[in-house]
Amino acid sequence: MTGVEMLIIVIKTVIVVSVFMLHVMYAQYFERKVIAHMQARLGPMRVGWHGILQPIADSLKLFLKEDIIPSSADRPIFYVAPIIGVIAALSSLAVIPLWEGLGVANLNIGILYILALSSVGSYCVILGGWASNSKYSFLGGLRSSAQVISYEIAMGLSLVGVMMMAGSANLSDIVKAQSGHWFIWYQPLACFVFVMSAIAETNRAPFDLTEAETELVAGFATEYSGMRWALFFMAEYAGMFIMTALGTICFLGGWNGPDFWIFAYVPKIVWLVLKIYGCIFIYFWIRATLPRYRYDQLMSIGWKIFIPLSLANIVVTGLVKIIWK
Amino acid sequence: MCIKNSNMSETFVPSDYFPVVIFFIFALLIGFGTLLLGVVLRPKRPYTQKLYPYESGNPPVGEPRYKFSVKFYIIAMLFVVFDVEAVFLYPWAVAYNKLGIFGFAEMMLFVFILLIGYIYVWKKGAFDWE
Repeated sequence: MTGVEMLIIVIKTVIVVSVFMLHVMYAQYFERKVIAHMQARLGPMRVGWHGILQPIADSLKLFLKEDIIPSSADRPIFYVAPIIGVIAALSSLAVIPLWEGLGVANLNIGILYILALSSVGSYCVILGGWASNSKYSFLGGLRSSAQVISYEIAMGLSLVGVMMMAGSANLSDIVKAQSGHWFIWYQPLACFVFVMSAIAETNRAPFDLTEAETELVAGFATEYSGMRWALFFMAEYAGMFIMTALGTICFLGGWNGPDFWIFAYVPKIVWLVLKIYGCIFIYFWIRATLPRYRYDQLMSIGWKIFIPLSLANIVVTGLVKIIWK
Repeated sequence: MCIKNSNMSETFVPSDYFPVVIFFIFALLIGFGTLLLGVVLRPKRPYTQKLYPYESGNPPVGEPRYKFSVKFYIIAMLFVVFDVEAVFLYPWAVAYNKLGIFGFAEMMLFVFILLIGYIYVWKKGAFDWE
């Protein structure tokens, strides 16, 4: 690898990360607006035109907030926990192919890499909850880590069907295999399990048990304030983007757009971004619509329904592929 | 050497992982950078009451890390078993088109054995939260 190639990779990384951070910031504005309009409110309106500068004002405010560390907290772990979350969420971005040949890294184990990092992300929750040394944080951390690891299995198993269809774990190859038909038509069951697991994995409603305000105040993040809390928040939204990107790539055809002559001039990355935002909108829609599950329901759905479903999906996919030959 | 072609993606090339390392370093910089940047700007006025762990405004009572349900341990143990099994399925899934009917039969046997364990665990009540 020459110096120029290294430099190109560094520049690519800087561009991708900074654009991504901007999107993460504005996803929160998007969420507030979507949910506000679904509840017949206006949402943020004061800062800028229709509150368009609200995320910037929020981040400035968080920069200037006091960083309170509880006296009984386990300091080193308390410091490190949010950073682990951010690293896990941002590093997953490296393997997302934005266009044909336009990913930062093109790993042959793309899916495995993302799943591995999403497991690492659960450390930030459990370490943050443990190190805070507070009852709410402790319970929130425990609950959340149990939830994340349970749904991790269902998610991992649901993606096996996709890999069988594509014959590869490389995300670019998976998208290329879908240039004809998207995998959602061949793998509807896997797609359903994946969507549900992705929501649970990123701790979003209706599976946001960790942040159940009525029971646990703010779950594992109760003792965090200012910029440290913002890092947790950033990790959560970045995780949402990663999960929707993975879902788009595995089931919705990635950068493949509609096959119509006028659309041939549109850069393909537009389709990917549009699909990702469509999926993120569904996240918010679900949050505005569905009530929260109870914890025992959440765990039994994961273990008793989603895992058998995804195993059955693997068996059926294998059988159909054998017969089809 | 930098190989980006997808037809080469089945071989292991260490330089493929260079962007991952760069990404990791950047994520680390963002994590620490955002925290350090604000050190000079933000106020720091701690006092005893402010540094209490949150307990609805009262002084905290008892140990925060009290006994918790053994269910969490069971879930963690089951996770290890099932996740290893899921990872075991990955190479099989990638090579599935080349394996043919033998590969399918082998994996069905594996899933069947797993299923026996799964049903046993279910009947033992490991998935029930009462």
